[in-house]
Amino acid sequence: MKKLLFLAVICAVFAACGGSSTPEKNPYVQEGAADKKESTGNPSYDPKRGEGKFTHVDIAPALDPSMADNGKKVFEVKCNSCHKTTDEKLVGPGWKGVTSRHTPEWIMNFVTNTDEMINKDPKAQAQLEICLVRMPNQNLSDDDARALYEFMRKNDGVK
Amino acid sequence: MRHLKYLPVIGAVALVVGMNACKPKNAGNAVTGDAAAKAYVAPGKYDEFYNFLSGGFSGQMSVYGLPSGRLLRVIPVFSVDPEKGYGYSEETKPMLNTSHGFVPWDDLHHPELSQTNGEIDGRWIFGNANNTPRVARIDLATFRTAEIIELPNSGGNHSSPFITENTEYVVAGTRFSVPPDYENGDIPINTYKKNFKGHISFISVGKEDGKMELAFQIECPGVNFDLSHAGKGKSHGWFFFSCYNTEQANTLLEVNASQRDKDFIMAVNWKKAEEYLKAGKGKKIPTKYAHNVYNEKTHTANSEMKTEVTVLDSKELKDICYFIPCPKSPHGCDVDPTGEYIVGSGKLAALIPVFSFDKIMKAIADKAYEGDFEGIPVIKYDAALYGEVKKPGLGPLHTEFDGKGNAYTSFFVSSEVVKWNIKDLKVLDRAPTFYSVGHLCVPGGDTKKPNAKYMIAYNKITKDRYLPTGPELAQSAQLFDISGDKMQLILDFPTIGEPHYAQAVAADVIKNRSVKFFKIDENTNPYVSKGEGTTKVVREGNKIHVYMTAIRSHFSPDNIEGVRMGDEVYFHVTNLEQDWDVPHGFAVKGAVNAELLIMPGETQTLKWVPDRVGIFPIYCTDFCSALHQEMQGYVRVSPAGSSVPLMFSTGKNQPAPESATAK
Repeated sequence: MKKLLFLAVICAVFAACGGSSTPEKNPYVQEGAADKKESTGNPSYDPKRGEGKFTHVDIAPALDPSMADNGKKVFEVKCNSCHKTTDEKLVGPGWKGVTSRHTPEWIMNFVTNTDEMINKDPKAQAQLEICLVRMPNQNLSDDDARALYEFMRKNDGVK
Repeated sequence: MRHLKYLPVIGAVALVVGMNACKPKNAGNAVTGDAAAKAYVAPGKYDEFYNFLSGGFSGQMSVYGLPSGRLLRVIPVFSVDPEKGYGYSEETKPMLNTSHGFVPWDDLHHPELSQTNGEIDGRWIFGNANNTPRVARIDLATFRTAEIIELPNSGGNHSSPFITENTEYVVAGTRFSVPPDYENGDIPINTYKKNFKGHISFISVGKEDGKMELAFQIECPGVNFDLSHAGKGKSHGWFFFSCYNTEQANTLLEVNASQRDKDFIMAVNWKKAEEYLKAGKGKKIPTKYAHNVYNEKTHTANSEMKTEVTVLDSKELKDICYFIPCPKSPHGCDVDPTGEYIVGSGKLAALIPVFSFDKIMKAIADKAYEGDFEGIPVIKYDAALYGEVKKPGLGPLHTEFDGKGNAYTSFFVSSEVVKWNIKDLKVLDRAPTFYSVGHLCVPGGDTKKPNAKYMIAYNKITKDRYLPTGPELAQSAQLFDISGDKMQLILDFPTIGEPHYAQAVAADVIKNRSVKFFKIDENTNPYVSKGEGTTKVVREGNKIHVYMTAIRSHFSPDNIEGVRMGDEVYFHVTNLEQDWDVPHGFAVKGAVNAELLIMPGETQTLKWVPDRVGIFPIYCTDFCSALHQEMQGYVRVSPAGSSVPLMFSTGKNQPAPESATAK
């Protein structure tokens, strides 16, 4: 009887310790496939928009060349160490076609809210599995992010 | 036979009891049950206070969290730090320049946090160099040394860097009186009384930028200035310095400077000194001292040699300085939060004198002097005294305040902290320390608004407190909870170097202002590379400038050829990251200086003079990513006069020409 009581106490202690908090996600471990994430993850998460401050960005059909030039400057300081404008992967994926793979909101959220997106977004996590380097948050301003998107559009042939 | 089994156990118990009986002051007696809970800060949780400790002979300042005692950072100040490249990178070398040239070490004794209206404002912390007299200002947005100013006419800067209540001035006082720089110093040492002078310095601090300037010095009689504190509230405008060796001995001070029953506390009317300065009463004296400023935009320090200082003569300008007799060889000189009480701690005295600012003012008005010392009036002891704490302990050193009318004084010889009431001068509590306590710290304990939850004692000797580590043992801090009537010891923690004075402040005052990274757009270092497209290698005679970038997880360029024996190579490494906590390191084989540790957005330069022909690996020293071990490159060094062209690249695996591979 005493032994049983003792065991019960031990179990209670363990339960109290173990159950109180959910374990942190390991950033190096991929938790399930993308589709599973979408079904069991946070239902408010919109994988098209991503997570961040940009909910809707108006994009004119024609290119804004001066904005694209500003974006090129940002690219040269903060991005081109790891990304090529071709489809070749360097440290991170090449940028060719990126504007057709993601919405403008997703891209602008990703470059400004990088850590949270890598933690939540299935596509970002799939890329992490390939590149194995978490993209650094390069602290772009909102204008930087928008200009960079315009530069990506130019790179993808928008005139 | 069965009961024999227990004999060893009984023996062990007896032994333990016996040992306890021999050592009444051991930790078991001093620590009570809830101490661990009081000092516990759960993993991932922030501490409640920052605690800034002087590193003493390490020359640095360390930052701990309280109540956990966790070491958060060691800030390099007066000593080189190969870990961070401080004093080794081309950008930081000028910080340690002095009139004596580059000085790689000093002895930092006292940190003092900047104040506004007598309260800690969390902007800067100052530190003093005791050996080659200097004062440093550390910026608490970056936790880096921002400025160092040298002090002329001084020998040892101990009574420093204490500040006025709006950080108008930070002071310095010479510990070792010496002949002034402008006099011939080639004189017999035993002419001390005639030729040696004690200069105290007032360094002005820029209201917005913190920039220090040596505003003026006051020439005083040759004695040892030991410690100081500014008046506050009603005594704002005055500064108080403790003096010993008023015997003016120049040898065996241990005996010869302990002859008189009383030495002095010197009261300095610095507002009056300002008036004299404005009236042109100061003498401009030629001298030489270094003033070093670190620019956060260029990430580069500049050292300027100044050649003149304005000196006020305390003998001629009568109403600046006054001596107050203080028993005996006073060390600590501490002003209570109201500014009314000045506590002198005579190292060899059996009592603690408490002086009254009001009485001092009246004594000066009444000219209640007992005479003069080298032309400076000496106020009658009783005319300045509020009262004495009788039989407080042995060897009083330093006093801090809790803002509730109580003072805490450390006693080196009797190894204890004594809490006493300022009004009735009665001892309220005693707590043993382990062992030989020097300074004390209460958060804000020398300001108008102490935040008296804790008191920390900084001990000179630890003996049996920690696991032995050979002849040299850690020095230590001991944390006391002083929220109740009785002091309660809750934690020991070892320190970096020797902790002298320390400062502590609620974390909120500092933590939200902390810089996370340097903006690359604002980097104006002349050798910055803003993006990989701008990286290059340039030869200028025998100097080779490598404009290099670092980002997770490669350098650009990472292959460099065409360096020749006799060249000096400067690696200017810019960290392109723009996020918190992503430094990169840089090291090259055979470098005789140190590594670089480059913060995001920063440019730092390592000079390297190759000593032999061959291939030299370079690599990142700070684990930065999953591919950190891949963050490396090579530099090829050819013989002098070699025709190998200067080449650099990243990511191009060029096949070598046939001629280069042929043996």
